[in-house]
Formats: sequence, C-alpha cells, structure tokens
Amino acid sequence: MESSQNVIAGVGLADRPRKSRWPARMDLAQSLTGLVLGLFMWGHMFFVSSILLGKDAMWSITKLFEGYFFFDKAYPGMVSVIVGGIFLFVIVHAFLAMRKFPANYTQYRTFIGHRRLMAHEDTTLWWVQAITGFLLFFIAAAHLYQMLMHPGDIGPYESADRVWSGRWWPLYLVALFAVELHGGIGLYRLCVKWGWFEGKDANASRKRLKVLKWALTVFFVVLGLATLAAYMKIGYEHRDRVGERYTPAWVVPNPMEKAK
Amino acid sequence: MAETNNHRKLRFHILRYNPAQPGDEPRIQTYELEEAPGMTLFIALTELREKLDPSLQFDFVCRAGICGSCGMMINGRPSLACRTVTKDLEADISLAPLPVFELIGDLSVNTGKWMRGMSETLETWVHMPETQRDLKRIEEAMDPALAEEIYELDRCIECGCCVSSCGTARMREDFVGAVGLNKIARFRLDPRDKRTDADFYELVGDDNGVFGCMSLLACHDVCPKNLPLQTQIAFLRRKMVTTGIS
Ligand code: SF4
Ligand code: SF4
Ligand code: FES
Repeated sequence: MESSQNVIAGVGLADRPRKSRWPARMDLAQSLTGLVLGLFMWGHMFFVSSILLGKDAMWSITKLFEGYFFFDKAYPGMVSVIVGGIFLFVIVHAFLAMRKFPANYTQYRTFIGHRRLMAHEDTTLWWVQAITGFLLFFIAAAHLYQMLMHPGDIGPYESADRVWSGRWWPLYLVALFAVELHGGIGLYRLCVKWGWFEGKDANASRKRLKVLKWALTVFFVVLGLATLAAYMKIGYEHRDRVGERYTPAWVVPNPMEKAK
Repeated sequence: MAETNNHRKLRFHILRYNPAQPGDEPRIQTYELEEAPGMTLFIALTELREKLDPSLQFDFVCRAGICGSCGMMINGRPSLACRTVTKDLEADISLAPLPVFELIGDLSVNTGKWMRGMSETLETWVHMPETQRDLKRIEEAMDPALAEEIYELDRCIECGCCVSSCGTARMREDFVGAVGLNKIARFRLDPRDKRTDADFYELVGDDNGVFGCMSLLACHDVCPKNLPLQTQIAFLRRKMVTTGIS
C-alpha cells in the first residue's frame, strides 16, 4: 500500500485494514468451475448419446474411458477418478454459488416480487438458474455417488438396466432439464459477466449470445430425450436379463479379463 | 403527432403512502385522465395533481431527462417519468415509487441519501496528491478521445433506475449498484485520479462491490441514459480479479 500512502489525499486508504483477496478468488473459482462443468456436461451428453449410434459405439466410448484401448484391459477405476474430480468441482461450485442465493425469507420474497414485477428476461433466467442449481445439489450428488462407486456399470446394457430396471429414469429426466437449463444459462452468463465475445456493440452481441444459448439448450434437451428414450427401450427389452453385461461380438477376449 | 388516440381515457393506478403521516396505509389509488397529444407522465401527473388530487407527491425538476429526479416504477419497471410518453403505454398505467430508496411519500423517494452514502463509501471524487492540488495552475489538457470516454460514463444522472432494477441491490442493501461500479470505472479512467487498481480493490473488491453483481443486466437494460453498464462492470470485474489474485 506504499503508493496510496502519499497518493490518497483526504481519506487515508492506507490506514484501513486491507480488503481480503478471497472475494476475487471465489468469484474467479465460481466462474471457472462453472465453465468446466458446463463444458463437461456438453461433452458428457455427446458420450452418453453415442447409444443412438448403436450399442457398439456406446460400448467403445465407455471402454475408451476405462483405458481398455490403451492397456488391453478395462480399468473402471479410471472413471471413478474422473467422477471424483467432477464431484469435487460440483461441491466447490455449489458452495460458491450458494452465496448468491436469497439468504432468508425476506430476501426470497423480495426477489420473487422483484422478478415478477420487472418481467426482465435475464433476471428471470437467473432465477431459473438458481432453482435448477438447487435441484442439482441433490440430483448430481445421487448420480455422481452411483458412478463413483459403480464405475464398471456403465455400458449399453448396464446403463439401460439402471435406467429402466433400476428406476433411475425419473431422476435422469429431471436432471436433463435441470442441467441443460442451468448449464446453458450459466455459460451465457459467464460471457456477459466477463465480457467475452462482446465486440463493438454489446447489445447486439448479447442478443446473439442469447439466441445461441437457446438453440444449444433446445438441441441438448432433444438429444437428451432421444438418448434417455433409447436407454429406456433397451432397458425394457433387457428387463429379464438384468445384470448381464454387453460385450460386442467382435471383442475377444472379454475386456474385464486380462488380454492374453 | 399521433392524433388517433388522443381521446383515450387513461387510468393511473398509483401507489399512495405517506410514511410521515401516522396511521397511513399503503394503497393503490386510481385516477382517470383524458390523454392529450404528446402527453408525458410528467404532464399527466401535474394535471392529476392540479385537477384531481393536490395531495399527490412526486418529483420533477428538469422535465428533460437530465436531473434524474423523476425516476419511478412505471408498469413495474424503473424509468424516467418525464421521458415516458403516454402513447407508448396501455391505457392502464401503474405507478409506484422506486424501491431500495427511502420513501418520502407516494412516488417521491430520497435517492440523494442513497447516492451520497454510495459516494462516500466508494469515494467517488478525483484523488490526487496534495502537492498537485494547485487551484491557480491551469489544468493539464486531456486527450480528447479520453475525455470523450470519461464523459460517456459521466453522463450518469444518478436517477437510481439501475439500483431499483437490480435484484442484488434489492436483496442486499449494502450493494453499491451499477451506478457505483460505473463511477469507479469513470474515476479509474481519469488520469488526474492517482488511485491504483489496488486502491479500487479496497473499495469494490467484495460482495458489496463488483463481486456481488450477478450479471442480471437489468441495470444495463433500464438505464435511461443508455450507459454501457454491462461492459463497464465486466471490465471492472476483470481488473479487480486480476488485482485480487496477483
Ligand atoms: S447508471 Fe443509468 S440508471 Fe443508473 S443512476 Fe446512472 S443514469 Fe440512472
Ligand atoms: S448486472 Fe445485475 S446484479 Fe449487476 S448491478 Fe446490474 S442489475 Fe445489479
Ligand atoms: S425531471 Fe429531471 S430527469 Fe425527469
């Protein structure tokens, strides 16, 4: 603070205790974890939707993440590591984002009234973001815990059995909408918050960003619904053989065993 | 002039409440008025007061969007009454005082008190070393482009619309609002102000300052002077994060 000592006339900034650096760190961390999670969700959706290309495609993607194509043996534990990392990001992100939620009933009432009165799109979008974020506390936790503990149960039959016979589909259905709304709005807000892609005319680029945001949300929701339907169908057809693993005909030996 | 709808009957639904009067309860009162060509809310309210209800309180000074005193909630959104033309509105018009600010009575609020508090917290004046404060010396000329840039941000009339539109400001009373953040951006540009980013961090580097802003952008959308609030807040956020983590 040596510079301000002689610079600040009148009120001596230098005499005051220095402001914490944590708000800056937390703001950045909230955005960064959000960015990583948002982009991860899009990637995740593409991997999961590989089922639409057939069981073998989805199987290959799964095994890719389990390292099968590198080590000749599948190590589902690798998935757990990724899941663990994402879990950690979710926790940090949720913790930081929570600071912005209405903190008590008065604030809650105030914001609800404000939102209704203003009917301002971005303000409403934030509310949707807050509610879906809150929902995701629970949904993501349940899903991630399952994946963390049973990383080997990902596959065309394994996942489909979970969705249908394991009755996870209602959760995934809610999760789909919550995630796509939350992530889409979040990534849009990151752009305006940090001034990315702003260009010469901020209003025009914001309008464009918003169109893009909605287009992506619709795209991912449709893709997600189709994907969920595909798993439900497979799971339904496979309901009498729950627990059976899928291995493509062309794979010998079984990847869960060491290659000879 | 739009001659077509100048005989509309306008219905004003105005929030009435005088906190200074013991026992007074907030209520909505409805007044009817015939629309005149080119009528603004300023004209309408003045006519209302003259013809129908002398007790109605509201503020106007310049009637030209310059002084910022006529900010109010017009159909739920903060705006300047003197710059709002009735023909742009439905026949039913609801008026309420700006929230966040202290209510004087009916549509009149004390934005000045809030603005002063904000100015004192953020020290919104040029800070220069005493040695440079020689009032007899002619000021150094400023680069016209820079002067223009500063002027752009200096157009703020402190009407308070941005604060009233801001979900954050409504939930957290110490939030400095877009008007405050814009002022920091303005003094940051000014070469006469010798404060560094570290000094500005002391002022806005927390959740009452730039990190409290949730980028709802209502401020940007309602600002009657079309100030580039979105751009300035984003810019300030980048600067303050860099300062904060370095
Ligand atoms: S920034 Fe705009 S809305 Fe806010 S006080 Fe200034 S002129 Fe009014
Ligand atoms: S961007 Fe939103 S939260 Fe930030 S000051 Fe403007 S209205 Fe308030
Ligand atoms: S009366 Fe001055 S801005 Fe409306």
